Amino acid sequence: MKTVIGLEIHVQLLTETKAFCSCSANVFEKAPNTMICPVCTGQPGALPTVNKAMIEYAVRTALALNCEIHRFSRFDRKNYFYPDLPKGYQITQYFYPIATNGYLELDVGKERKKVRIRRLHIEEDAGKLMHEGDAITKAHHTLVDMNRCGVPLIEIVTEPDLTSPGEARRFLEKLRSILRYLRVSSGDMEKGALRCDANISVVDEKGFSSNRVEVKNMNSFKFVEKALQFEQNRIIQALKSGSNVEKETRGWDLTSKTTVSMRGKEEESDYRYFPEPDIPPVVISDEYIEKIEESLPELPDQKKDRFARDYGIPKLDAEVLTSTRELADFYEECVKIKPKPKEISNWIMTELLREMKNSESEVVPISPRHLVELIELVETGSVSIKMAKEMFPEIFATKKMPKQIVEERGLKQVNDRDVIEKIIKQAMEQNPKAVRQYRSGKKGVLGYFVGAVMKQTRGMANPQLVNEIARKLLEG
Amino acid sequence: MFRSLTIEDCLNLNREDLAAESVKEIEKMEPVLKSFITVCKDHEFHSGEFAGIPIAVKDNITTKSVKTTCASKILENYVPPYNATVVEKLLLRGFTVVGKTNLDEFAMGSSTERSAFFPTRNPWDPTRVPGGSSGGSAAAVASGEVVAALGSDTGGSVRQPASLCGVVGFKPTYGLVSRYGLIAFASSLDQIGPITKSVRDAAILMSAISGKDAMDSTTVDKNIDFLKDIENGISGMKFAVPKEVYDYEQLDSGVAALFDEALKLAEKLGAKIRKVRIPSMKYAVAVYYVVAPAEASSNLARYDGVKYGLRVEEKGLKDMYKRTRREGFGEEVRRRIMLGTFTLSAAYYEAYFNKAQKVRRVLSSELDSVLTENDAILTPTSPITAFKLGEVKDPLTYYLMDIFTAPANLAGLPAISVPYGFSNDLPVGLQIMSRRFHDAKVLRIARSFEKNSPYNSNGRIRLPVVRA
Repeated sequence: MKTVIGLEIHVQLLTETKAFCSCSANVFEKAPNTMICPVCTGQPGALPTVNKAMIEYAVRTALALNCEIHRFSRFDRKNYFYPDLPKGYQITQYFYPIATNGYLELDVGKERKKVRIRRLHIEEDAGKLMHEGDAITKAHHTLVDMNRCGVPLIEIVTEPDLTSPGEARRFLEKLRSILRYLRVSSGDMEKGALRCDANISVVDEKGFSSNRVEVKNMNSFKFVEKALQFEQNRIIQALKSGSNVEKETRGWDLTSKTTVSMRGKEEESDYRYFPEPDIPPVVISDEYIEKIEESLPELPDQKKDRFARDYGIPKLDAEVLTSTRELADFYEECVKIKPKPKEISNWIMTELLREMKNSESEVVPISPRHLVELIELVETGSVSIKMAKEMFPEIFATKKMPKQIVEERGLKQVNDRDVIEKIIKQAMEQNPKAVRQYRSGKKGVLGYFVGAVMKQTRGMANPQLVNEIARKLLEG
Repeated sequence: MFRSLTIEDCLNLNREDLAAESVKEIEKMEPVLKSFITVCKDHEFHSGEFAGIPIAVKDNITTKSVKTTCASKILENYVPPYNATVVEKLLLRGFTVVGKTNLDEFAMGSSTERSAFFPTRNPWDPTRVPGGSSGGSAAAVASGEVVAALGSDTGGSVRQPASLCGVVGFKPTYGLVSRYGLIAFASSLDQIGPITKSVRDAAILMSAISGKDAMDSTTVDKNIDFLKDIENGISGMKFAVPKEVYDYEQLDSGVAALFDEALKLAEKLGAKIRKVRIPSMKYAVAVYYVVAPAEASSNLARYDGVKYGLRVEEKGLKDMYKRTRREGFGEEVRRRIMLGTFTLSAAYYEAYFNKAQKVRRVLSSELDSVLTENDAILTPTSPITAFKLGEVKDPLTYYLMDIFTAPANLAGLPAISVPYGFSNDLPVGLQIMSRRFHDAKVLRIARSFEKNSPYNSNGRIRLPVVRA
């Protein structure tokens, strides 16, 4: 059985203003109907004007997705009635989208697979409906919040090249990473900045293809995978029993963890598309595209490959370090100051990422100097590795320099050879039997003497030094 | 006499009381004419070049805090939160807006009978229509209720009522005047234009309201001086007259005779007349009545009872939509929305809308060809004079009245109607059309006719006496 999945993704852009008016586009969680104007609320007589940054963001994204950019594209009207659509039509690009024929590469096992992108176009978002109660079918009334009307979106449609729910999820995660690198979107599904609908079908061993099912209402990467897994199974069961599934739209239901038929919502609509007469066509030049191409940051895949190659770190590590631009930049800054790529990589992947995950931080709150200084303290023996790791959460939380924390907490490692020698000699005098045991071959007894030093110094002695001195003294 | 004052006349007067006088005239004549939906009794005197000059604005152009209805039940109590750009421009220059004039509902009509509230009467004969859709504005100007007015023109709605009321009506090149605040009917055809008692007034208003607007992406930056050459006459100019004018069966004989007279006058003034064929002109009305309703069906989708205007409460969304729009829109509006929805539907888009746009392009090219060889195209504005209220019932007959005016909208050309004579004591208008952005030339040609018309006195248009 072969699974066939295609995705339709809507990405909210991080432009300052909305697609067709100068309202701020930063509408998340603002009081209802406070981020509006005559244009985005479809007042009689209002007209749209094009947000230039929106075009640039679209071209940037299309370039990063290896698309063909069209010098001529146009806006069209998609006509339908719904309370969250004030004009009774959505301004979108139907006939001539700004970009087509791109791809995004996914690592599948040892290979790189191209997931083709059919089209990428610009359109405006609709508002939000709040049904009294939670279900539209039981609500007494519905409230309309038009803040989101007119927020610029990019719609990305893939070819049905994805072959598993897991792959679909990774596609989305990769896409999100690219969008964040480009700084065109936050890509947060939880905040609605990235929305995804999927089309899924299964082909059996004889080549018979099931009906295609559209799956909606998945609002996190995890749920995309779960919903598609559920649907995949449902289809496979149907095929196995010799039947088929209905061609329909189904919604992911969080509570039952199943997909539920949304039939009734899915009537074949005739949107009566026609060119938007209020907006002249979008004509862009080669120079315009070149300029944007030049300003593109290094993208995740390129960076990952470069890190693996130039810093000699494993591919998996490179992937983690390049998961965000901020982290990758942090890593490179550290290596620039202290050229120890593998060590820095380890520190970041274990300590730093753990702290960031715990504090749910997206940004790296410490500077490269913090990490480098800590590493150097360990190198010079000022603190033990164990101590350094213990210090890390405090460095992360307070942003204090490691040296300062060592001072304040008196964590300096004991490196004084005389002190260590004295303690060991004392221990040797107190336990001549252990000395004899060591000398007669029981090397493990070394631990007793090391332990004695550690106890006396409250764990602050430099372990390597203790080991070295103890061994020397014991061997006589 | 207040009623005959032009903008230019007013510039030489003490203007503090002009608006008040206008309101007085309005109160006197409204029982007969009913040009106005809203009269602004309280108004401020703004300073500026045209301070205090009373002007009327068609009620499909938004005025902040003043009801703007489009003569429709669905916007009966709609108060816009913003001024149309043209209104801002007028106020900036000191004009006083004394009222909002009546129109065919949503500008869909040629008689102002399709207003949801009441019809307006023709000042020349109150049993007759003033034309439409800017009938209220034309009547208000012709009667002297106001000094000048703004209308909107989608298929002839400024020029035709101007013609039927014996005043000047000008439709600018598409893109010269901002549509921001003009409640849209057909986006690619609509233009706001002045209705005035003199050609020079039209030029003055054009200077006031034209200009690129950041709020309207379809406006262009053209610094046109509308007045500079306006008195320079037409000697040496070449005018084309489409033979299709004479082919039209419904052309009133009186109108035809006056048209020929005007052509002779042009020759006397040194211009050359050539008869030409514009083969696609016969498709103009059909193209117009595919494209305009299509765009309208989309532009009027926002009137759904959700956000503003009329809402007829019903249980369930679909029923609320249906009842609100059924009760809020008049018959003609509903007819055009249905037509437009049909021609945009997937099965018919290619055969109707797309085809019509292609024919539109062909027509534009033909007009352009003619206008490269000639300074202007001349036609009568309307094939008939003002008809009696209720006289024209058949929609198709009604639509065919746009036969000479629609081409200018389809091609985006500047066109004017200037009064030329009377047939059966009713005004007849001459239409002058030229190339895109040749608006100043159109005004200049019109001025020449106005100055030399035997039906004007000393270059001043004869105005009706309204018994009220």
